[in-house]
Amino acid sequence: MAIVSITSTSVAVNPLKQSQAIGATLAFLGFKGMLPLLHGSPGCSAFTKIPLAQHLRKAIPLSSTAMTEVSAIMGGEDKVEQAILQLVQSYQPEIIGLCTTGLTETKGDDMRRFVKDIRYRYPELDHIPIVLVSTPDFKGTLQDGFAAVVESIVKEIPQKVEQCRPQQIALLASSAFTPGDIQEIKEIIAAFGLEAIAIPDLSALLDTHLEHEYSGITTSGTTVAQLGAIASSVFTVALGESMRGAAKILEKRFNIPYEVFGELTGLDATDKFLQALADISGQSVPEKYRRQRRQLQDVMLQTHTYFGCKRVTLALEPDLLSSMVTILQSMGAQIHAAVTTSRSPLLEKLAIPCVTIGDLEDFEQLAVGSELLIANSYASATSQRLQIPLYLQGIPICDGFRPTVGHRLGNAMSNKVGYQGTMQVLFDIGNLLLMP
Amino acid sequence: MKASQEPINNFSDDTSSENQDRFGIQVPSPLDVHEDCAFEGAMSILVPITDAAHLIHGPSGCISNSWVINNYPSSNSTLHKVRFTTDMEESDIIFGGAKKLDKAILELVRRYKPAAVFVYSTCVSALIGDDINGVCKNASEQIGIPIIPVDSPGFVGRKNLGIRVAGEALLEHVIGTAEPELTTPLDINLIAEPNSAIWINILPLLEQLGIRVLAKITGDAQYQEICYAHRAKLNVIIDSKPLLKMVKKMEDLFDIPYIEESLDSVEDINQCLRDIVAQLGDSELQTATENLIVQEISALDIKLAAYRIRLQGKKVLIYTGGRRSWLLISTAKTLGMDVIPISSKKSSKEDRARVKKLLDKNSIILQQDNISEVVEIINHHQAQMLIASTHLQSAAHLTNIPFLDINQQSHHSYVSYAGIFTVAQELYATLYSPIWEQVRKAAPWE
Repeated sequence: MAIVSITSTSVAVNPLKQSQAIGATLAFLGFKGMLPLLHGSPGCSAFTKIPLAQHLRKAIPLSSTAMTEVSAIMGGEDKVEQAILQLVQSYQPEIIGLCTTGLTETKGDDMRRFVKDIRYRYPELDHIPIVLVSTPDFKGTLQDGFAAVVESIVKEIPQKVEQCRPQQIALLASSAFTPGDIQEIKEIIAAFGLEAIAIPDLSALLDTHLEHEYSGITTSGTTVAQLGAIASSVFTVALGESMRGAAKILEKRFNIPYEVFGELTGLDATDKFLQALADISGQSVPEKYRRQRRQLQDVMLQTHTYFGCKRVTLALEPDLLSSMVTILQSMGAQIHAAVTTSRSPLLEKLAIPCVTIGDLEDFEQLAVGSELLIANSYASATSQRLQIPLYLQGIPICDGFRPTVGHRLGNAMSNKVGYQGTMQVLFDIGNLLLMP
Repeated sequence: MKASQEPINNFSDDTSSENQDRFGIQVPSPLDVHEDCAFEGAMSILVPITDAAHLIHGPSGCISNSWVINNYPSSNSTLHKVRFTTDMEESDIIFGGAKKLDKAILELVRRYKPAAVFVYSTCVSALIGDDINGVCKNASEQIGIPIIPVDSPGFVGRKNLGIRVAGEALLEHVIGTAEPELTTPLDINLIAEPNSAIWINILPLLEQLGIRVLAKITGDAQYQEICYAHRAKLNVIIDSKPLLKMVKKMEDLFDIPYIEESLDSVEDINQCLRDIVAQLGDSELQTATENLIVQEISALDIKLAAYRIRLQGKKVLIYTGGRRSWLLISTAKTLGMDVIPISSKKSSKEDRARVKKLLDKNSIILQQDNISEVVEIINHHQAQMLIASTHLQSAAHLTNIPFLDINQQSHHSYVSYAGIFTVAQELYATLYSPIWEQVRKAAPWE
């Protein structure tokens, strides 16, 4: 049982948390034909894009309603309307994801009414769903923005259906999972003869299209038609505590039972997941994974000596924090300190004495005396100052303090889930602990 | 939002005249690819003051920007790499954030002991009307170190406007507030937008000539040196339109003449050194400068020779506009490559004139700015390489020619003699990269 402490200072030094809009935009990238649109100034959308572009090394389609001083004072409704009309004409999106910003929320724009009015005035837009999420950057964090999008989508889009498809499950994956993770999870699910509709499907980001011309909308991911058919799923697999809300909505609307898997890294977590899939599908666990499980057990034997009693300090969003704490503890490492961004029911349940909601300055003070740090690239300066190795997790992972110096390669592909991914994590962390 | 009103009214030298609002500012459209804001501009210009603390008075979204401008080098303090923010939350927006700002300033000064604090307002704090000027004034009196308000809500305009706002803040609160211990007749201020390359590659050249850079506005700067800037004999402004206004004001206020220079080609660099020395009026120095130029150019020529053999006569299509394109064009020309400039309909007259001057030919203006148009030009001219931004990448792919992303962020320094060599290397590496064939090859079973 962890005690959650909040450091109260007036000045945040090297903040850890990132704005909700970044999380929301990331979630939108997992849908096909999606036009992510930020109601704010062009600067807001740039600041949202840049960390994602650095992290994923991809052009991020995100437009803004391009607020100026005049429109910031006079009103935002026509800006939203103009933007939607112009962008629909230019890019022909299949779905629009509309986020707010600190600027427009402070102003008090009534987005729900704006969208209603636009719908009323332009019936030709009827076939395009508009997913509205409130993502002011003075509230919440990346993980919340991401979850808000998933909730908003399952609330608005799936339609009631009569027949149930026994092989179809809904997969809700939180921001803690990389595109590579999602790809692996989908493969595991497919190995049981099941078909997963992922909300969102970030693995689509791994499909590169050399031929493709840059456009303002996403080119791959879960389609609107697939979203519409979510209701015929037999089960919801929610990955990450922050997905519980969305899973509950699906249960309430369509009577789809759900289970929340906090993490998919580690032997126990993967066992539990595969058993659940076996139960849902009625198939036994494929030989491929039985074999990987034996390999993982062997790897755990090989690597545990480097983990034993090593003191680790983490600064991650709640879902990811919980996942990393579990895997480290399962290998015999000790949690020296843990810092996170926002409240979550997970935090109290962590088997560590204390969790701090704070910034990277808190992290730096708490980390003194530990042997490994786990955080995103913004902690690289801390790592340099304290001379403690840093294992990069979270968003963004770019080359630390010098984003213009060739960003770190291959984040999007990285995989930390399943037996295979767990082995990779053990090797990566083990190698850092092994270093003299 | 007080201080921002005045520059808005004077803001008129932006490129096109279509789609302007009543202040003469270009109204951005959702389809506009340029995404920046005044806040970003202001921060980008002031953060290289490395021993000052830079405090953002706004919500967490604005902070993600400040992590980005992090690669500024520093030979001394690294305080500018620490991110300070009041991290405004909902309650601050309802009840006002001024008190929190005041506390934040006191706390960070106590803990980090900066030479000065720059406080940046953002959209949200400006919208709710927090009086950052008042807070800064009070805090400054209380603590006794300079606390400088920068009125930079993002919605007032584009990046360039923010750079002006920052220049005004420096003039109003920093420049002329302290006296240097000694001055020499060879003191200059170097004023440029913070491209680290300028400071890395140009300073050694000036040093060799014995010219002292009194204040670097701004790159690897100390707060104190900017206070001294009013005692320089000459302002050298490099490729920075938005800071021109500040320099002109310095001419009025402190009687410092200025020269505008650019460093986009070998000739430009030579000219820049000559102009500085001519202004300082030292005949001995002039001979030294000529010697330095001869020495540097012959060294560069020897280094470029190997590249010239492989690159000479190659036809390359370059999308013009933006700092890097000028450098690429002039270097390609130096290497004897055949440059075909293309530009969009949106590009300014000035840019087009620049192409004309640089290459002695007009650029091909894209009507639609789309792939098929570029493909046609490549085929028509038998171009061997395309240099453009990512949105035209597939044109290169469709025509099977190498592609270099003009906007790709890169850590190389492209400025000065050393920079020209780096550009040559990059042109060579792109044109002769063995990957082009591989990425276009179909699998044997296809």
